[in-house]
Amino acid sequence: MALNQILQYIFSGITVGSIYAFVAIGYNIIYNSTGIINFAQGEFVMLGGMIAYTFSNFMPLLPAIIAAILITAAIGGLIENVFIRRMRKTSVLGMIVITIGLSILIREFALSIWDEQIRALRFFTGNEISSVNILGARISPQVLWVLGVTLVLTAGLYFFLKFTLTGQAMRACSENPTAAKLCGIRTDRMVSLSFMVSAGIGALGGCVVSPLTQTHYAMGSDLAIKGFTVAILGGLGNPMSAVAAGILLGLIEAFSISILPMAYKDVISIIILLIVLVARPSGLFGSRSASALKDY
Amino acid sequence: MKKYLPVMLLAGTVIIIQLLTLITGKGFLLTQLTMSTWYVIAALGLCMVMGYAGQISLGQAGFFAIGGYTTAVLSTIDFSARTGTSVFSFFDSLGLLLTRQTIYGDTVIYLSPWAALIAAILIAGLTAWGLGVPVLKLRGHYLGMATMGFGIIVNRIVVGTKIFGEADGISNVPPFKMFPGFEISGKVGFRVGNYYFAWLVVIIALILLINLINSRAGRALKALHGSEDAADAMGVNTARCKTAVFIIGAVLAAVAGFFMTHYNGGIGPSESSVIKSVRYVSIVAVGGMANIWGTLIMGMLLNFLSLRGVFGHFDDAVFGIILVLMMMFMPDGFIRKEVFYSIKTLFRGKK
Amino acid sequence: MTPLMRIENLNKHFGGLHAVNSVSFDVQKGTIKAIIGPNGAGKTTIFNMIAGYFQPSSGEVHFNGKLITGMKPFMTAQQGLLRTFQNLKVCKNLTVIDNILLGYHTRAKAGFISGMLSTKRSRREEREALEAVLPLLEWLGIMDKKDTFVGNLSFGEQRSVELARALAPNPAMLLLDEPAAGLNMHETEGLARNISELKKQGRTILLVEHDMGLVMDISDEIVVLDFGVKIAEGRPSEIQNNEDVIRIYLGGDDA
Repeated sequence: MALNQILQYIFSGITVGSIYAFVAIGYNIIYNSTGIINFAQGEFVMLGGMIAYTFSNFMPLLPAIIAAILITAAIGGLIENVFIRRMRKTSVLGMIVITIGLSILIREFALSIWDEQIRALRFFTGNEISSVNILGARISPQVLWVLGVTLVLTAGLYFFLKFTLTGQAMRACSENPTAAKLCGIRTDRMVSLSFMVSAGIGALGGCVVSPLTQTHYAMGSDLAIKGFTVAILGGLGNPMSAVAAGILLGLIEAFSISILPMAYKDVISIIILLIVLVARPSGLFGSRSASALKDY
Repeated sequence: MKKYLPVMLLAGTVIIIQLLTLITGKGFLLTQLTMSTWYVIAALGLCMVMGYAGQISLGQAGFFAIGGYTTAVLSTIDFSARTGTSVFSFFDSLGLLLTRQTIYGDTVIYLSPWAALIAAILIAGLTAWGLGVPVLKLRGHYLGMATMGFGIIVNRIVVGTKIFGEADGISNVPPFKMFPGFEISGKVGFRVGNYYFAWLVVIIALILLINLINSRAGRALKALHGSEDAADAMGVNTARCKTAVFIIGAVLAAVAGFFMTHYNGGIGPSESSVIKSVRYVSIVAVGGMANIWGTLIMGMLLNFLSLRGVFGHFDDAVFGIILVLMMMFMPDGFIRKEVFYSIKTLFRGKK
Repeated sequence: MTPLMRIENLNKHFGGLHAVNSVSFDVQKGTIKAIIGPNGAGKTTIFNMIAGYFQPSSGEVHFNGKLITGMKPFMTAQQGLLRTFQNLKVCKNLTVIDNILLGYHTRAKAGFISGMLSTKRSRREEREALEAVLPLLEWLGIMDKKDTFVGNLSFGEQRSVELARALAPNPAMLLLDEPAAGLNMHETEGLARNISELKKQGRTILLVEHDMGLVMDISDEIVVLDFGVKIAEGRPSEIQNNEDVIRIYLGGDDA
């Protein structure tokens, strides 16, 4: 393989990996505040791309994307308020079933609004044929946008969780909800907030990759399982390492195409998921002793 | 025999429905009823795994597809070139090699569906075993994702492999001539026969499952759901129990997929999709989880309506709505377990 | 006489914490032995190691002449070592009788296939199981609740169900994990009567318990733990007069 070809694979891997990371970060934020794995996480990405696409038809790109993020975040908050909040006392089985039900509803809702067509948001800069030359590899400028947004998001999230009062309150809820409640933190608000933030992040991801990977009403369930693979690889409850894990999985997938048929690339990442779940559920970067206390 | 009274009532209902369609001249409805019945068998399998043993599985459609594709492949591949080999002459001596004419007049030698049925059961059972042993150690969300992953793997392999017909599926599956005068196929002449045969399989499955539920092993399964620690402390080998029920569920789904494929004359990749697996989950949930009768009734109802096209564009959405509403308002199921229990004791008298 | 259970040099480390420190004791057949000690003394940890929930860092547990360390919980149960739980673990989706029949699991053999086919053996075993457990329901006074779902019972009744479940297979030894926890005074008295009744039947019991009165009343022998170390072992009267025990319970820095 020539260097420029390898670079091509690397960049496409990083791009795809970034979107997985967006989903995985969303999983982590909700998981941290509620212990729920939200099976509808992939649908937020789809919604973000679709809404931004619709708005971009009659307004500039930036406000369209902002609107998409806000609307998707509102939908996330609505879901928490209307459905999840009333479910608190039921079993894990019930939580899985309701988030799956919601994911189907969102998907069918999207189908009835945007039909079966594949949509793509327009490129942030340039168009589908413009490219940047990096060491002989021709990269779409959108790839740089994806990388940039991923970096900014990661840094921003790190800052938010570590240094802002709200971020610290969210972390407190995940460490010990009862203690957080006793300290006067409104845990229910934090749960709502986490759904909104994670839906918004998903929507942002959906917008930045839409020009490259397109948006389709049924893309959610694939993203859900890939994002989950990444969340597990990085160690659940650990949004930062999700980015590293996402890029790792993206690279594995990108290079697998050079050996195996395209259709099998999903098979590879799911087999990775199964192996990690069984062999090392704490993830590649998680600590084993801490995971011994969790209930897998 | 009291235990089987509901089964006998069911058999009576089945006959009455057939007679009703005969009298009203709506015999065509039997086609969708038969198809619903095959789907119900797969749902009954999931009911054991998820409802009784409490192990969530989002990959039931994968096992259905394994059953269907096994027979679809084995009965459409032409083995003419290989009949000389020792394996195939052994099959031939057992009468397991059949011939048929294609529409172009070529002669095709294919493996008997009887052999394919055994193969489907073995492949599904072994897959369930190989997947279940490691994966059933997981719980809750993790088990859900892992089983959903399995379903997606089956789907992607089917879509991406030539022998499985890729996105088009396999469509020229021959009828299964079970014995002279009867075949599993969609031909109008066999419609009534297929209807009764499907119900026969359901009733056999029901009797086996009812026996199981009321046995020592069934109690261990239910205990797994109630408190895995308690089952463990009372000497139940929980890992083996989970694997066993997972295999039972998989085999039932594969048998259903097998017959459905011959009945429809083909199978497509959508049978293995996540959404199909979720349908089975919502049927079990709306039937009251640990309730095979609830699964049977709701499975028949929902599949029949869905196949009749009653839900229109909202076919999948209906199942999503069911899941959400059930979990919010009736987590114990539409048909309450306690009510069923008291009816059952009424039938059975005091234990 | 060789003891029914022999615990030799049992150790358990959790990270830097030495939770159980070289504890050894025997349990003679037909006796009731209690493990007591302040919170965090390592009582429950020992219990969990015996029943197979934790792997000991070192040391051995012999039961009925067999080495049982390293066995999983279901295997220790198959050896005839049946337990109850401090925080009730009953199957709320099962009726009282089914919960108790679950305890009989190790006595029967019929598996999935014979269950599905409802073979003669499967049915015979079910009858035998029922015959074995009905007297237990009678004895514990929960016969009228036989077909009630366990979730609908009071806490005390659920405790009785757990006890009956552990007794169902006629176990070689019972492990009772804080059997009086959560019971009111009246219920505790009933429990004490039941345990002495079991003793009269010649059963062997090892229990962990906080209720001092109960322990002193029913035990033949007591092991006292403090910070994972065995500080005393003997008959109740000896323990009551042991200075170390009095110190950890009445004075000292951790009282």
